[in-house]
Amino acid sequence: MYLHNRIKNNNNFFQKIKDLDFILLFCILLLGIISLATMYSTDGGQLLFHTKSHFSKFVVFTILMLVISFMNIKIWFSISYLAYAVVVGMLIWTINFGVMASGSQRWIDLYFINIQPSELMKIFIILCLAKYFHRKRLENVNSFYSVIISLIIIFLPMSLVIIQPDLGTSLLISISGILVLWFAGLNHKYFFYSFLMSILSLPFIISFLKPYQKLRVLTFLNPDRDPLGAGYQIIQSKIAVGSGGLFGKGFLKGTQSYLEFLPEKHTDFIFTLFSEEFGFFGSVLLLIIYAVIIYRIIVIGSVSRSYFSKLFCYSFGASIFVYIVINMSMVLGMLPIVGSPLPIMSYGGSSMLATMIGLGIVMSAKVHSQQAIA
Amino acid sequence: MISQSDNVVKLNSINRRMFILGAAKIVILGGIVSRLFFLQVKENKKYLTLSDKNRIREWKLPPVRGDFQDYFGNTIAGNFESYQLHIIPEQVENFRYVITRIKDILDLSDRRFKRIIKKQKEIKSWETLIVSDNLSWEKFSKINNQLYDLNGVKPIVSISRNYPYKENYTHVLGYVSQANEKDILSNDTIKDKFVQGLKVGKTGLEKTFENKLIGDNSIERYEVNAYGRRISQLAFKDGDKGKTIKLTIDTEVQKFTNQLLADKAGSICVMDIFTGQVVAMHSSPSFDPNAFVFGISQDNWQLIRNNPMKPLVNKTLTGNYSPGSTIKPIVALSALENKIVSTNFTVKCEGKKDMYGQTYHCWKKEGHGFVSLKEAMKQSCDSYFYEVARRLGVDRLSVTAKKFGLGEKVFNNLFENEKKGLIPSTAWKKNVLGRNWLLGETIITGIGQGYIQTTPIQLCLMTAQIANGGFKIYPKIVLDNGDEDNKKDKFEPLFKDPKNIKIIQEAMFSSTNEIRGTSYRSRIKDPKYQFAGKTGTAQVKRITKLDRELDLKTFEIPYEERDHALYIAYGPYKHPRYAVSILVEHGGSGSSVAAPMAKKLFKKIIDRHEIRNNFNNKRYLDI
Repeated sequence: MYLHNRIKNNNNFFQKIKDLDFILLFCILLLGIISLATMYSTDGGQLLFHTKSHFSKFVVFTILMLVISFMNIKIWFSISYLAYAVVVGMLIWTINFGVMASGSQRWIDLYFINIQPSELMKIFIILCLAKYFHRKRLENVNSFYSVIISLIIIFLPMSLVIIQPDLGTSLLISISGILVLWFAGLNHKYFFYSFLMSILSLPFIISFLKPYQKLRVLTFLNPDRDPLGAGYQIIQSKIAVGSGGLFGKGFLKGTQSYLEFLPEKHTDFIFTLFSEEFGFFGSVLLLIIYAVIIYRIIVIGSVSRSYFSKLFCYSFGASIFVYIVINMSMVLGMLPIVGSPLPIMSYGGSSMLATMIGLGIVMSAKVHSQQAIA
Repeated sequence: MISQSDNVVKLNSINRRMFILGAAKIVILGGIVSRLFFLQVKENKKYLTLSDKNRIREWKLPPVRGDFQDYFGNTIAGNFESYQLHIIPEQVENFRYVITRIKDILDLSDRRFKRIIKKQKEIKSWETLIVSDNLSWEKFSKINNQLYDLNGVKPIVSISRNYPYKENYTHVLGYVSQANEKDILSNDTIKDKFVQGLKVGKTGLEKTFENKLIGDNSIERYEVNAYGRRISQLAFKDGDKGKTIKLTIDTEVQKFTNQLLADKAGSICVMDIFTGQVVAMHSSPSFDPNAFVFGISQDNWQLIRNNPMKPLVNKTLTGNYSPGSTIKPIVALSALENKIVSTNFTVKCEGKKDMYGQTYHCWKKEGHGFVSLKEAMKQSCDSYFYEVARRLGVDRLSVTAKKFGLGEKVFNNLFENEKKGLIPSTAWKKNVLGRNWLLGETIITGIGQGYIQTTPIQLCLMTAQIANGGFKIYPKIVLDNGDEDNKKDKFEPLFKDPKNIKIIQEAMFSSTNEIRGTSYRSRIKDPKYQFAGKTGTAQVKRITKLDRELDLKTFEIPYEERDHALYIAYGPYKHPRYAVSILVEHGGSGSSVAAPMAKKLFKKIIDRHEIRNNFNNKRYLDI
């Protein structure tokens, strides 16, 4: 029906193109180019697998984002619960039939592509909760019933991801969910008390961590306790960033990365490589691009007529911010190592797919900002 | 349905919270930027250093060892270019094939082949595998001809130790061999400069002067990746060669001593009686130190180790021998110095004498009759010295003996295994053996038997100090070593009355140059070469009654029980310059075996003396 409409009404289609947020689009494309250049550097200055793969993913997902932009935001509103349910189903599928890789079961084999449902859940939990709170009156938000429902919505995927096991992603999912609760107007005291609770139960939680996770926490507290083992990643990452200096070592000249001292340089530690080669100025520039993206998302949220769009944009912007902050803090040695990719920059299809879907919905909210949702 | 007012409240709430979170975001972003600033700008230097430490690695190459030169500047331990074969396994496509080909070409033994295979498994694939460290030119060129078929095989010209005079200098210089864990732990310089394949001194002067000889490593600086693989070379620093050490030894004389002692076990040393320079110092049999440079084979090692003549022992410095009659000049001197006897004092020798319930025999069964000091020295009359020793007492004898360098290390700490010998005294016996001194022991000490032990180099020093008129000298084997020349008591008189030294010198002269002297047959009439000496025959085992009755010739006695032949001498008699001590282990009597060697040796030494002097003078003219 939707496609039919678009083809029929040319005027409407061009209007939609005009209504796109070009600043946001420009920033996304710029980020894409930077990420491709960085990926090219991780391949040692050659057009190898990672660069090509990243390029094709970026092109396909950018087109997907644009397609989503033209879809009415109403459609996303209506399929929110369904999408959430599908991803939960995929998570359950993952637990039983997922692909094992490096000790955890995170991927579903879709024959042409391996997908990581936990990454998708980062978006769909926002969508689902945004729809849930869209209809709630503010006084009902804090009712026992809605709090319980929203907590179930958060804890269900979170626990499914934890048993993969993937602590990092499950934390990010719950943070995304909690951010929606915050914007939806859940009473401050809940946040305060649960924060207090988690602080108090921290030693208890730590005792439940797997040995390798405990090691990561200990390593974070003192990376030098095992510089060639658990502390290696963080030490080498700090050396790479620190040795970059003000202007960096230059494109393709990051010795830490091309001499293979950097671990995981395609994925979680991509910022390290970027920072080593482009220095403080390059890193700040990257942060500014991210800041502009987040700022545009918030602006789109603020001009949206519907509460659903607003809630989604604000939460999604905040989530992106949290991902970036967690990734960078980890890379800079300010947080223990948790597997969290840097949106768009990091190699990884599912993460980029999720981010692009989210950005597409935001873009759609911009295009359909005057659309009211009943 | 949601009312309009409710919507407004909701929007107010979400926007308010948006601002709260926005502010928090800016604070957090600021935190990240400041962290970046801290790492990249403030701590940049530290991390840059760490990054360089990561990526730059230095490789040390074996340093070039310093040379040894003899007095005339001939290289007696140097370096030569050895041909080696290296393989870098990762550059080889089919390692098995290549190594088997090499085995065929080089004709490697199965044991060696297995060791190479084992080594290859231990090292990283990009590290160098040394297949052979000393190839002959033929094999080296053979490999070079086959290189088209041997990818990754590298023929290398490297520098190794070489001893051109082979066994002649072994006991002076020692030898070098692969550094082992003990060498590294005991010497910090070796530890500092250690590289795979480093050769270090194991014995002798090579070991003593290790720190001067070793040289500096050349350094190659490479950029490496996280796995240690070399990516590119960044710099190369040439190391300095080790210092050259000049010895006082004259190679011609040294070689001659080796010839004299051929097929015999023994030692010869020649010393300048004024400067203390050791002109020759040899211990026989010797062995070729070149065999140790690349590791000696087990068979050859066993051959050297089990040789009954003990080639591994440096007899000159570490052989403790009874001096026999060569101690008599000191006994006589001590008696004169302590005014126990005068030149007129005579003893009647009847061939044997009973004292304190023991019978003491003179070597001449029929006896010498009445003998004075000079006559007793000349004919080496034991009875005379029994009586003199009895009157002198061991303590006074030991004072004189120690003054002349017996019982002390001659070269201090220059040679790690040098022995002190032993000059007994009553106090020594009480302290060490816990028993009282017996008079009978004094009596046999008078003819150099019993507890008394000396090394050949000590006897040489003793002779030199008698020859130079009784003045203290410090022997040296390394030229310009410094400390010997600065000794305060150098040339201090060791005597109370110079006449006494003269008497001893004359007695030694008569022993060689007058009829009935023990070494009369070995005399040289030409005053240019004429020398004075004293024979000695040291018993290895007590002579029993049966032995006396049998009176066997030397060759009829088993080798281990034969007497050591000794001879000390100095010459030319008119203007003495060199002192000599000769020892032939189990050689028989001093007069028949050791003294004839001295005759040949003195001709050589005095002939060489002119050249040595001219070389010296020329050196002064050069300046």
